[in-house]
Amino acid sequence: MTEIHNSNWKLRKGQIIAAKQMTATEKWFDIKLEDGDLDHEPGQFVQVELYGVGEAPISVCSSPTKRGSFELTVRSAGRLTKHMHSLGKGDWLGIRGPFGKPFPVKLMTGNDLLFVAGGLGIAPLRSLINYVMDNRREFGKVDILLGCKTPTDMLFGDEIKLWQKRMDVNFSCTVDRSAPDWKGNVGLITSLIPGVTINPEKTFGVVVGPPIMYKFVIAELLKKNLPEKQIVLSLERHMKCGMGKCGHCQIDHPKNYYCCKDGPTFTYEEVKDSKKL
Amino acid sequence: MNYHILQKDNLNCFIKSLAKQMKVYAPVAKGYNNFAFEEVTEAEQISMDYIPTILPPKKYFMPPREKMLDFDLNGGKPQDKAVLEAEKLAVFAVHTCDLAGIQCLNMVFSERPRDYNYLLRKENIVIIGLECNKYCDGNASCALVGNHYPNGGYDLFFTDIGDKWIIHVNTQKGEELVEGMGLGKASVADMTALGKVREAKKEAFGNEIGVEPKKLTEVFAKGMDSKVWHDVGSRCVSCGNCTNVCPTCYCFDMTDSINLDMKTGSRNRTWDSCQFETFATVAGGENFREERAHRQRHRYYRKFKYPLDKFNRAFCTGCGRCTRTCMAKINLKDTLKALAAESK
Repeated sequence: MTEIHNSNWKLRKGQIIAAKQMTATEKWFDIKLEDGDLDHEPGQFVQVELYGVGEAPISVCSSPTKRGSFELTVRSAGRLTKHMHSLGKGDWLGIRGPFGKPFPVKLMTGNDLLFVAGGLGIAPLRSLINYVMDNRREFGKVDILLGCKTPTDMLFGDEIKLWQKRMDVNFSCTVDRSAPDWKGNVGLITSLIPGVTINPEKTFGVVVGPPIMYKFVIAELLKKNLPEKQIVLSLERHMKCGMGKCGHCQIDHPKNYYCCKDGPTFTYEEVKDSKKL
Repeated sequence: MNYHILQKDNLNCFIKSLAKQMKVYAPVAKGYNNFAFEEVTEAEQISMDYIPTILPPKKYFMPPREKMLDFDLNGGKPQDKAVLEAEKLAVFAVHTCDLAGIQCLNMVFSERPRDYNYLLRKENIVIIGLECNKYCDGNASCALVGNHYPNGGYDLFFTDIGDKWIIHVNTQKGEELVEGMGLGKASVADMTALGKVREAKKEAFGNEIGVEPKKLTEVFAKGMDSKVWHDVGSRCVSCGNCTNVCPTCYCFDMTDSINLDMKTGSRNRTWDSCQFETFATVAGGENFREERAHRQRHRYYRKFKYPLDKFNRAFCTGCGRCTRTCMAKINLKDTLKALAAESK
């Protein structure tokens, strides 16, 4: 048996330095790597290995401007994520990555930004939103639209309060189903878009949410004359290797995209011919 | 050009000499016209006249299950080590279709980020090819993709020229193997005999689809919404046999296994199949390739469209295994013909 020193399957060791149950199904983790910063860019993902259980791709939800550790928000949805919810401060895990094409931050410089997040889509988008907050003067007008099922499903409540307070950000949110103490909007996220003023020449719309959401939100953005190449999405697939090999994340598109290498972020122009977004 | 001659009576000496240096795997008859690559020590175990084996030699390059990482959880912080378990071996009598299959895998795994497990394993393997002088059976379509002639990818290559084998030495590794075996150099007459075999193949092997290989790209470019996929999908049972036996299918899954001590274990790569229902499913429940028709279409596009754009070659080697193994009688050549007819 020989050792492969440069194997791309080797895992970086990460220790959970803080964890918090955010909702009934989502848990937040702050992870410190023993070999330094993750060195990611907004929109990238990591492969999280729980030794003996397996590996799953998870979007990084913190901005690279935050040094020393990175954050993940994990929904208990599958075998690995269910197990991950039992982990807490001090526990170790394996990390590969960061992987994937990040949001086109450089192209966005100097433009207005419209963020549209549905449900857990706020997690990958938060890496970009916080990056923009930390480099706020590089960008024009910033609008954040957030949609979730019910008020109790809302993630990052404390940060959302800050976004609401900031005078350099327009924030609005809506819930599909209201609750007795909810004073905000009720309805689908698409209902928020007509109310936003967009300069189509210099606005990037960044949309992240469940697959069902894309079709409707994109239709609204196109109605606002936003060009297809200024609509940016982050697509979901089950990347098992992150290296464009295992085949699981390939998108049914004439261009043969691998979500892990060519994405997960794409412009709508790039992926509009996909069989499924 | 370096050609040697091996008298047919002396094949056993060759195999025995090889087997002294490393394990030798070659096609062995398994009954009912089935063959499999298995370990051999003598020539008489080998079927030199065989139709493509049940599994291609892919199994030596990318084993069905392969350990990628050993881990140890003793002492709090996990430790792990990337490991390679690969023995030195020779694969003997590999048809040109399967040589092409190995070349496809080489391209995939040497693309960055590289897969060192595959690349290092490959270095341990001696490849000895064998020419087909006639079609193996009606399921093959090697001539369509130009794989009925050798296109490299071997250390040594055997061609039957009557009562003897003419051996092309393609690499230094191959040269070192035949050195000391006392094989004579090929004569001018032998080279003429080889030329005649190759010439005769022009007649014997033909493009049976009726579409020029270059045109296939156009056919597939237009065929995404073809009704052919619904026909194929309506018959498919999603068993995954077609991808398992394909010499260029390399999709995989990664799984952990933990030992009884609950402290040590390994991460392993296993073959997977895009034909399985859950292949493109995400934890939230969305299945991006829910219908069999779409999964079958995907398989064909990964042979005749995507790799042509990326690697400038078809990832179908023409071996015919997917057709031979299909329980639902989904026939690759018929599918291509139907698709081509539709696009006219």
